[in-house]
Amino acid sequence: MILQMSGIQKSFGELEVLKDISLHVDAGEVVSIIGPSGSGKSTLLRCATFLERIDAGEIRYMDKAAVTTDGNGTAEYVHHRELNEIKRYFGLVFQQFNLFPHYSVLKNVMDAPIHVQKRSKEEVREEAMELLRKMDLENRADAYPCQLSGGQQQRVAIARALALKPSILFFDEPTSALDPELTGEVLKVIRQLAEEKMTMVVVTHEMPFARAVSNRVIFMDKGVIVEQGHPEAVFGDPQQERTKQFLRNYQR
Amino acid sequence: MSLSTMLTSMGAGMLRSCLIFFLTLLFSLPLGMGVMFLRRSRIAVVQWITKIYIAIMRGTPLMLQLLMWYFGPYYIFGWSIRGYRFTAIILGFSMNYAAYFAEIYRGGIEAIPKGQYEAAEVLGYSKVQTFFKIILPQVIKTILPSITNEIITLVKDTSLAFTLAYNEMFSLAKQIAASQTSFMPFIIAGIFYFIANYVVAFVMERIEKAMNYYN
Ligand SMILES: Nc1ncnc2c1ncn2[C@@H]1O[C@H](COP(=O)(O)OP(=O)(O)O)[C@@H](O)[C@H]1O
Ligand SMILES: [Mg+2]
Repeated sequence: MILQMSGIQKSFGELEVLKDISLHVDAGEVVSIIGPSGSGKSTLLRCATFLERIDAGEIRYMDKAAVTTDGNGTAEYVHHRELNEIKRYFGLVFQQFNLFPHYSVLKNVMDAPIHVQKRSKEEVREEAMELLRKMDLENRADAYPCQLSGGQQQRVAIARALALKPSILFFDEPTSALDPELTGEVLKVIRQLAEEKMTMVVVTHEMPFARAVSNRVIFMDKGVIVEQGHPEAVFGDPQQERTKQFLRNYQR
Repeated sequence: MSLSTMLTSMGAGMLRSCLIFFLTLLFSLPLGMGVMFLRRSRIAVVQWITKIYIAIMRGTPLMLQLLMWYFGPYYIFGWSIRGYRFTAIILGFSMNYAAYFAEIYRGGIEAIPKGQYEAAEVLGYSKVQTFFKIILPQVIKTILPSITNEIITLVKDTSLAFTLAYNEMFSLAKQIAASQTSFMPFIIAGIFYFIANYVVAFVMERIEKAMNYYN
């Protein structure tokens, strides 16, 4: 099992955003998370990637505990050092890309493997070029992010995340900031990664994509997982009233 | 007094003005960075003291601050320090400009989107790497125009060193003008400051252009 989250609770002040969420992801699985805006999808990914601290619950990557909860019910994070080791297991692709504007496309992809993972420049360059080829961007290696379309920027962001060779890749609405005509090119590379058995968790509003690509779909609402299962089951025959309602709104 | 003698006697003053200028930049640019970190400290007391410091530095005349730095040690502590004049000038200028630079840095840092820090964190960059590799280069680009303004003001402010009877360019111009009953030294002084600022503007524009490879 690559990721195991259990009993996750997270509040912002009075607002309970995640109420006892459990989620596990196996190697090679593609899990889509759908749900109305404000239901806590981003917060869940941000907790999984340690951008937010959980209040209670457990998080494990590759059977290594990152967060445990003691008898008093408060979350305990492992030591800084171990946490940094665990961070190597995942990557995150943001809705707003968050590329480094002062770095060229190639440097965006190469910099972390060289300066974080301390790998050799030559080796990293070769892999980065290969990744850019895969993202259909090899001729934009020397461009700067501001010279690229949103779809191209998001593909660079995916290459940047993949360059660190994560075991699992999270996507938080990777196409929501894009013009509709550019979503296809990003979804295409995610689909391609799915075919290569990359383990992924994708928060998305692209229902046909989620249905076609994922092994499992999770419907979240108001901080809880309302329903989950095979995409054909969730989309074709939803059991919960809230799921039905949400999907009905989406057809229109 | 001929023009060339006038220029020669003012030349030493020009050098002293330049010395004040460069030493102030040398100290205040990094010092401002330190002040900015203290200003953004999570410890409330540190933040408050820094705020008060910045408020005083920006809220009182630099001329008064120079007098305080120079005469303060004697009147407050009864210390008379030999050869302290120049040190007091550099202290006064550096502490004052550090406050201005700190606020410029702070504005620049706060303008960097949170997503840049988050991306760096998820990619595994350390805090130090994130600051120096990701944040600072972007900050420098955005604050460059404000820094240029400050530097241009500094060129003109060096003339305030005359308050402490330091023989920089402007003090000499005044002395010569009085002794020779001539207006010429003032014109020379004006041209000197103007040219100095022209050079500053030119250099800074070059630097800004060099950073224009991205938006
Ligand atoms: N940093 C934060 N501080 C306070 N409230 C937050 C913060 N982040 C998210 N929230 C709130 O948590 C809820 C869930 O947000 P989010 O996880 O972004 O939902 P989703 O991604 O499903 O749209 C929302 O009500 C949002 O306003
Ligand atoms: Mg969201």
